[in-house]
Amino acid sequence: MTLDVGLPLLVLALPFVAFLLLAIVGPLRRTGRGAGLVSIAAIAISFGAALAVWAREFVAERTWGWIPADGGPIATVGVLVDPLSNAMLVLVTLVSLLVQIYSLAYLADERPGPLGRYYTYQSLFVFSMLGLVLAPGFLQMFVFWELVGLCSYLLIGFWYERPAAARAAVKAFWITKLGDVGFIVGIVLLWSATGTFEFTELFEQAQENALAVPGLATIMFLIYLGAVGKSAQFPLHVWLPDAMEGPTPVSALIHAATMVTAGVYMVTRTEPLFALVPEVLTLIAWVGAFTALLAATMACVEGDIKRVLAYSTVSQLGYMMAAAGAGASPAGFLHLLTHGLFKALLFLAAGAVIHAVGTNDIFRMGGLFRAMPQTGIVFVVGTLALAGVPPLAGFFSKEAVLGGVWEAHLTGPFLMLALTALLTAFYMFRVVFVAFFGRAHAGGHPHEAPWLMRGPLWLLAILTLLVGIRFALGGGETHAEAPGWLPPLSVGLAAVGFVLAWAMYQRRAIDPVRIAVALTPFDYLARRRYGLDGLYAGLYRGIILGFSRLIGWIDRYVVDGILNALTALTLRAGDGLRHIQSGRAQDYVYGVAFGVLFLFVWAQLWRR
Amino acid sequence: MIGLSAYLVLAALVFSIGLFGVLTRRNAVGILLGIELMLNAVNINLVAFARFNGDLTGLIFTLFTISITVAEVAVGLAIVIAIFRVRRTVEADRLDLLRG
Repeated sequence: MTLDVGLPLLVLALPFVAFLLLAIVGPLRRTGRGAGLVSIAAIAISFGAALAVWAREFVAERTWGWIPADGGPIATVGVLVDPLSNAMLVLVTLVSLLVQIYSLAYLADERPGPLGRYYTYQSLFVFSMLGLVLAPGFLQMFVFWELVGLCSYLLIGFWYERPAAARAAVKAFWITKLGDVGFIVGIVLLWSATGTFEFTELFEQAQENALAVPGLATIMFLIYLGAVGKSAQFPLHVWLPDAMEGPTPVSALIHAATMVTAGVYMVTRTEPLFALVPEVLTLIAWVGAFTALLAATMACVEGDIKRVLAYSTVSQLGYMMAAAGAGASPAGFLHLLTHGLFKALLFLAAGAVIHAVGTNDIFRMGGLFRAMPQTGIVFVVGTLALAGVPPLAGFFSKEAVLGGVWEAHLTGPFLMLALTALLTAFYMFRVVFVAFFGRAHAGGHPHEAPWLMRGPLWLLAILTLLVGIRFALGGGETHAEAPGWLPPLSVGLAAVGFVLAWAMYQRRAIDPVRIAVALTPFDYLARRRYGLDGLYAGLYRGIILGFSRLIGWIDRYVVDGILNALTALTLRAGDGLRHIQSGRAQDYVYGVAFGVLFLFVWAQLWRR
Repeated sequence: MIGLSAYLVLAALVFSIGLFGVLTRRNAVGILLGIELMLNAVNINLVAFARFNGDLTGLIFTLFTISITVAEVAVGLAIVIAIFRVRRTVEADRLDLLRG
């Protein structure tokens, strides 16, 4: 094992160095823009190194003992470099780099102190995400898994003076923790059954059929729970839309391209283990497809541009999970990568719009295409990619997912995903038509974003195009197994969605209100997020607050009561006993005399 | 010839009378007198043992005790007088400033 892992380690270490520098050297952090430049420089070199790793198609594993024990170390840390992590490294560093550059302009109005804090968190996040990607075993993965969760919490609550942001941060943290409890329990159970955290060892055992552990399905289900929380799968998806309270670049990086895909990445990474438990895989596929459909319906009634994108992210994550569940994890992973590109693009473009208009509400935008044509073009590119229009990147990966699910004979999930594809095109073009075309509603004069923001947008748009063209030219092998009627079907679905949105929001041939009335139950439910948020709030109030109240009662009346009783007893006893001390010398002499007498008598009796 | 036990009985009697005085007298001067009796009972014991054991140490000790007793009475009386000046009484029952 003397394979050179220096380069991957460099990719991992640079953001950490930047984080340490910013965290420890206060004056540097408080310069704001200076801190940003440090962080950007580190991530830029890191990106270069990641590209080099990817280009050379590195495959290496190197681990160091971490928790020593008699029979070899219990746990190890290290790096596992293979095509999967190579691709992730490039995606994470690329999107992080672009987002950090974009943030310089987007957060230009921030004071230097908070800006420095922002870049400190960003560096920590990139480091944690890379550590998660490179993890060679479950334990290291879990540690970094929690670290990205922490960074997500810190960055959602970046504007912590706003109560909504602080609440959203706490909500995101707690809901993902619900899944993480399952994750850690699963990891430990798996370890106690197999004696190792290492992926490679586990895969070897899986191949030799040595993993016939009783209750493996339960273990893998628990591990999957971690992915449910992190990748916002039903029923733990409620935190992601609220996470949009954070700055838009954060949403682009963490809540679209990287952290939320950690769950999908984990399932893809441990695919050989999940392959042993087909029942869990089927569950993953069904939950994924259901999540995709549910989130898509909610996106259709949402008026907040970032929330539409957030529901769309939940929906696409459902796609990826469904692919992983159908045994087509390469397709899911491909969708992860392309989605990372175009969803980051969409979020950043939405950020440019919000920056210009000063509102998130699409119905208070309108006619923006004339005011900011460049942003409009890249947003449309992203929309086309998300809707799955060839030859953009999204088309091929989405088709691969659909093909994979069809191949696995999962008709139910396939139908849900197909319907989702239609809805996806519909809600995305709804945003495009309402916000970018139509009559202008916005007050003031929206203007094009500065170059620091447009640059990353164009780069992502071009990449989305290039990746798609690359697939169009060299592809074919990636979705060879899909039936021939699939590409026309998915394009047709996208077209139907497009036409619907066009007819409703551009031509106004169909009144959206009449549709809403016709579909009242769905409209009602989707607008109320299917009552899930209310359910969680109710559960929280009922269980957590009830429990807290019980504990408070016990503390106030039982614990404090015992103490109060003890002090009262001591006081009473002291009060009674003090009368013994009369203050008269003669009484004491009585005591001494009778004491001596008693001692004499006692000594006499005792001697016998 | 009077035996040792007679002296010891005498000493015990004197000690008991002294203790009785200390415990029962109301007057601080009376208590001091009781203490004197108890100390002299000890002296009788010492002298008696010295005489019967033929050991002079007890006699020498007695001399010390007598002189210390004198000092003690001097100090005790001085305290009683000082108390009288402040409290206008030397009645032991009322000197209970340390009562709990």
